[in-house]
Amino acid sequence: MIDFLAHEKGDLVGVATVDIKSGQVAKGVYMDSQEPVEVKAVMDIPLGHKIALADMKVGDTVLKYSTDIGKVVAPIRKGEYVHIHNLKTKRW
Amino acid sequence: MNINEFLGYRRENGRVGVRNHVIILPLDDLSNAACEAVANNVKGTMALPHPYGRLQFGADLDLFFSTLIGTGSNPNVAAVVVIGIEDEWTNRVVEGIAKTGKPVVGFGIEKHGQHNTIMRSSKAAQEYVQWASEKQREVCKIQELWVSTKCGESDTTSGIASNPTAGNAFDKLYAKGCTLVFGETTEITGGEHLVAARCVDQKVRDGFMFMFNRYQDVINRHKTSDLSDSQPTKGNIAGGLTTIEEKALGNIQKIGKKCIVDGILDKAEAPTGPGLWFMDSSSAAAEMVTLVAAAGFVVHFFPTGQGNVIGNPIIPVIKLSANPNTVRTMVEHIDVDVSGLLQNKLTLDKAGDMLLEMMIRTANGRNTCAEALGHREFVLTRLYESA
Repeated sequence: MIDFLAHEKGDLVGVATVDIKSGQVAKGVYMDSQEPVEVKAVMDIPLGHKIALADMKVGDTVLKYSTDIGKVVAPIRKGEYVHIHNLKTKRW
Repeated sequence: MNINEFLGYRRENGRVGVRNHVIILPLDDLSNAACEAVANNVKGTMALPHPYGRLQFGADLDLFFSTLIGTGSNPNVAAVVVIGIEDEWTNRVVEGIAKTGKPVVGFGIEKHGQHNTIMRSSKAAQEYVQWASEKQREVCKIQELWVSTKCGESDTTSGIASNPTAGNAFDKLYAKGCTLVFGETTEITGGEHLVAARCVDQKVRDGFMFMFNRYQDVINRHKTSDLSDSQPTKGNIAGGLTTIEEKALGNIQKIGKKCIVDGILDKAEAPTGPGLWFMDSSSAAAEMVTLVAAAGFVVHFFPTGQGNVIGNPIIPVIKLSANPNTVRTMVEHIDVDVSGLLQNKLTLDKAGDMLLEMMIRTANGRNTCAEALGHREFVLTRLYESA
């Protein structure tokens, strides 16, 4: 069972492919290399939503597809749920 | 499955369609009722009601005419009856469509009244539908197929799986010399450098950036916040998407890894050769699909995450999804289930082939989910207020 997928090595977030429960060691795969990766979830993360693969501080740039998808607006710990409460667009 | 050929309808101008519609096309909002009455009278015809066509001017009026004329000219349409409130603009649409060589006739309501217009239009529509019903499909080469793509109600599974599936299919069709299009100008925000890098030369790159920046100016002129109430949509956010950049990077997976952007089209503009074209367009599903149908594309790939239910009156919209919840709860809307990609139970290459197989079956005549469910969203793009 794959619990999350990350697009590329170096991405700071992965996408849950099942509902991930807090406390679970989530098993993921980097899609570019098929390399496995594990992260202990510290919050529930619903299918399709993002899990932090590293600690991030306010102002950091979040990388997905190895590309800037926005800025951190509240501190994020590895294994936390990343969504609109802690990640915002840099555009518009 | 052989994807080198399909069964299509060859039209008078040489273009190939995959449907054989006889449409009753209103020039304006005032003519919808008569068009719907004719479509009710004559079985096998279809009215395309819409809310516009009065007091438009300038570039907005030009786009209005190119959308209506393009819709009637699409090779999925065998013949057209146009009904308008008055003769002059009605004839402008008729003359535009007539350039394809297909049967088309127009009727004005003024000086005749509605009953008389419906009677005259119904007689023409009956003649057309009986004529069209004898048209036969013939074997056509795959490069004669014009294919469009646009996604909707996207979520993160779109970027991971269903959009890359459309991209894989586009890469394979591009290699065969098909004519392809993508668009959704604002939904490239954050990935515009990646699309620019895929443009064939500096002229196309400049054209793309001109269209991109022109749309950014529209957003910046009218926005009241950071557009987070609109782009991403509430459905996108519920599905796990967070920012426009994240949505855009998923969106552009639809152009695959190998296709080159060969040219730039304005809204509803027809391409002049094979390859992948970028069309400046809204990211609203029905607006975008209406524009590419007006440009002459005949079959559409529509990846969805959360389950957009859109169709189009004249072009079949093939839906694919990788979200396991969506393919379960909205099964009647999904033509191709690629949810196996999320668990590595399906390769992208195989998923792309599944979509191409469904494309050939659809081109050959299989009704899509959207067609079976009667989805005929026909939405004209407006540029600004009427006079």
